[in-house]
Amino acid sequence: MRPIRVLVAKPGLDGHDRGAKVIARALRDAGMEVIYTGLRQTVDQIVNAAIEEDVDCIAVSILSGAHNTLLPKIAERLKEENAEDILFVGGGVIPDDDIPFLKENGISAIFTPGTPTTVTIDYIKANVRK
Amino acid sequence: MDLVERLFAGDKRACARLISHVENNVNGVNEDLKKIYKETGKAYVIGITGPPGSGKSTLTDKLVKLLRKEGKKIGIIAVDPTSPFTGGAILGDRVRMGDLNTDNGVFIRSMGARGHLGGLSDATSAAVTVLDAYGCEYIFLETVGVGQSEVEVMKRADTTLMVMVPGLGDDIQAIKAGVMEIGNVFAVNKSDRDGAKRTKREIDMMLDFSKKDWRPSVTLVSALKDENVDILLEKIFEHRNYLLESNLYHLERKANVKNEILALVRKEIMERVINNDEKHQLLDELSHKVALRIENPYTASEIIIEELKK
Amino acid sequence: MFREDVLASLKESKKNFDEKTEKLLEKRPERKAVFHSGSGKEVKRVYTPLDLDGIDYEKEIGLPGEYPYTRGAYGSMHRGRFWTMRMYAGFATAEESNKRYKYLVEQGSSGLSVAFDLPTQIGYDSDHELANGEVGKVGVAIDSLADMEVLFDGIPLDKVSTSMTINAPAGVLLAMYIAVAEKQGVSADKLRGTIQNDILKEYIARGTYIYPTEPSMRLITDIFEYCSQNVPKWNTISISGYHIREAGSTASQEVGFTLADGIAYVEAALKAGLDIDTFAPRLSFFFNAHNDLLEEVAKYRAARRLWATIMKERFGAKKANSMIMKFHTQTGGSTLTAQQPENNIVRVAIQTLAAVMGGTQSLHTNSKDEALALPSETSVRTALRTQQIVAHESGVTNTADPLAGSYYIEAKTNEIEKEAMEYIKKIDELGGAPSAIDNGYIQQEIMDAAYSYQKDVENGDIVIVGMNKFKVEEEPPTGLLRVDPAVEVKQRKQIENLKDRRNSEDVENTLSKLEEACKSDENVMPYILDAVKAYATLGEISDVMREVFGEYQQSVKL
Repeated sequence: MRPIRVLVAKPGLDGHDRGAKVIARALRDAGMEVIYTGLRQTVDQIVNAAIEEDVDCIAVSILSGAHNTLLPKIAERLKEENAEDILFVGGGVIPDDDIPFLKENGISAIFTPGTPTTVTIDYIKANVRK
Repeated sequence: MDLVERLFAGDKRACARLISHVENNVNGVNEDLKKIYKETGKAYVIGITGPPGSGKSTLTDKLVKLLRKEGKKIGIIAVDPTSPFTGGAILGDRVRMGDLNTDNGVFIRSMGARGHLGGLSDATSAAVTVLDAYGCEYIFLETVGVGQSEVEVMKRADTTLMVMVPGLGDDIQAIKAGVMEIGNVFAVNKSDRDGAKRTKREIDMMLDFSKKDWRPSVTLVSALKDENVDILLEKIFEHRNYLLESNLYHLERKANVKNEILALVRKEIMERVINNDEKHQLLDELSHKVALRIENPYTASEIIIEELKK
Repeated sequence: MFREDVLASLKESKKNFDEKTEKLLEKRPERKAVFHSGSGKEVKRVYTPLDLDGIDYEKEIGLPGEYPYTRGAYGSMHRGRFWTMRMYAGFATAEESNKRYKYLVEQGSSGLSVAFDLPTQIGYDSDHELANGEVGKVGVAIDSLADMEVLFDGIPLDKVSTSMTINAPAGVLLAMYIAVAEKQGVSADKLRGTIQNDILKEYIARGTYIYPTEPSMRLITDIFEYCSQNVPKWNTISISGYHIREAGSTASQEVGFTLADGIAYVEAALKAGLDIDTFAPRLSFFFNAHNDLLEEVAKYRAARRLWATIMKERFGAKKANSMIMKFHTQTGGSTLTAQQPENNIVRVAIQTLAAVMGGTQSLHTNSKDEALALPSETSVRTALRTQQIVAHESGVTNTADPLAGSYYIEAKTNEIEKEAMEYIKKIDELGGAPSAIDNGYIQQEIMDAAYSYQKDVENGDIVIVGMNKFKVEEEPPTGLLRVDPAVEVKQRKQIENLKDRRNSEDVENTLSKLEEACKSDENVMPYILDAVKAYATLGEISDVMREVFGEYQQSVKL
């Protein structure tokens, strides 16, 4: 069986990568191939990496409060590249009232602080393109 | 348009998808590879290997930037280890190639060294073919580590760059057997560190024993500070010129292709056994008997070969 | 410290106690097979003098204000005066942050603490492409001296002490502060405050780096030198374990890695030819406060003792002030939960007690809503009140180092000191903190601890009230503070106006002189100050340095 490939990225300028690294390890331990891109990723860098790596899922972590600006832009660029079949999820300090807006704008799921990694793993397994 | 047509048209997604098909051994991928093969052979393949932490990705990043100044289209395949327990992997080479990421003239692909049926070298080799067809003029094939599987992967490279760092101590001794031979060009990275010159001397001494016609050079570089990377690139070109002038280029390619064909034959035979219920069952029964010492593996393989002939 | 015969007889009774207890446990087992501290260290059933065997009271514990300062930096500790209650604040524009500072001063806050937004921390102006969406979000946006003038409008800079959480561009923001003071008629030698200026932990844990290690270390020593001559009361660095802990480290790692960073700064300053007893008194530290009260108290004590020993024995410092570790504390942001946020008030209270009983010199308490968004004004007030309650009502401030002499506390202090020392030794072997960061060692150690903690939370071995136990259905919280996206537009507009208004010749001249200074080995601070006064923007100044120094390349080992 082929492993699920996931791009784990940190968009924007925030440097808190504990969450991104923990989720990267958890996904690896769940048998996935994780492409980790590090800090300060621009929208173009994320979308381009996702395409070249032919990932099944993009998982971004953002704690700076710039989510309403940056996440919809990623979704938009994916659409432009005809790559909206890639599952797109996000996590971090994101207020509940922002989640509907993000979901309307192409982000499939948002995982807020305290979400067990198993919840994220199960979600990805159940929702990536088959 | 099908994948191959899109690939030839320079469609990035098609290129990425074809590499996935190669990696996952998707049905029909060989048909696609057949279609593209005659269009390949134009790319120059540079292998980069060396122990973990030697700075291969940063060095690749800097070498690629030099080639990009000349407008060359580049492909990079970076292989990282896969966990033998979960099959998962963290592929982190892109972190050190941040600027190249959005450069449309560079295609980067990370690969897990996962249990490919034909072996890792099979998958990387086919991925190189795809990038070649995509129009990459230089393809960097980067592996981490210094084991036998790296040696196999590096056979696909025209020139192999071995990256070392000071402070490995006895490790140089340990890895020289069978692995040092694959290096056509050597670099001692992190040259500002203590012991860099000593490491260079040790490698030089070891290379002096080699009786081969080509004597690899050893260059002190600092990838992080971008020092001497241009000289290193020249050394790589020197090796390429040597290959071209001495007709070795063709001979080595022929030898490598021979290996590749053999690997495909092996893979095909294995697939015919594994993917056929009847034969798979026979294999299972024979294994059972061999384990109980009722049968031996040599006769068992003969039985299977006979069965395949039918 | 204990008499031989007493220890011998204690050994006997302890043995009997253990046997007796083990037997009882067969019928009534303890809650867990093994008990762990907040950092995952095994904790024994009971601690006795046997656990302190061989400790020398005078040499290792001593008195507050005396070497090795285990019991506190100063003799009378919080009897003299309370710690500085310093609330970290800043968001949106300079005007709005200025209002919040004035409010905090009215409410009894005794020091300012400026939070900058991410573009400012990374040396980008608000109109930079990468600043999009980030302007004013996690702190105030400062693009030029003009913004800084507004930020401190009406706040007398000779009266307050100001802490600025700024690292890679620390020199630029300090220069702006000096320039604002000058306009207020306050000379630089009267300024009191701190810049964080700790680049190593940015590489390790916090991520707001700009330049590679070498030039960054040079900028730091330039600031040390400049301040020792011109801004003598300024704390030139706040060597931070806070973010290392937030990234998931243990308490011992927090101490070990922070002190290893400290050693690297001292070595860099010595190499730059500075005298240890001139710059060392201006070094300050910054630690976290987590929920395991006793472990945290022991951590501060261990850190103080270890730093004093290092300064005296490794570096030969002579002045007491060079050996004394003074530190700021912030309660642990990562311990707060988004679930049942009011529970966070209790967590912060426990952490406040830890910091105070551990002898902190200043403290920021987190607000209950920080796992959700920026704190609102009322939740900031409650956080400040928490400090005031501990100060005025709890009684723990009446005596110095109140937990000293507890067998557990002393044993734990020894244990953390020993483990931290082992990390320092390992880092020395790797060639010092910068090399250990470059090869990813420190980051990987922290990540290992963070991941194992996460797994323990998920399998329920670690209970977090309201999050993985005692859960309730909750309505999503309301009334969270939001930064208006119009801030970004406004800030961009202001840069445009500034660029029209200022004397562009001055800007070009000062910037090209700065460039020359960066290329030479001259101290860059006077040149930065000139550029700042000419209203060159933070981004312009940082770009000049980027051009000369290059940019840092992250090292990731997972």
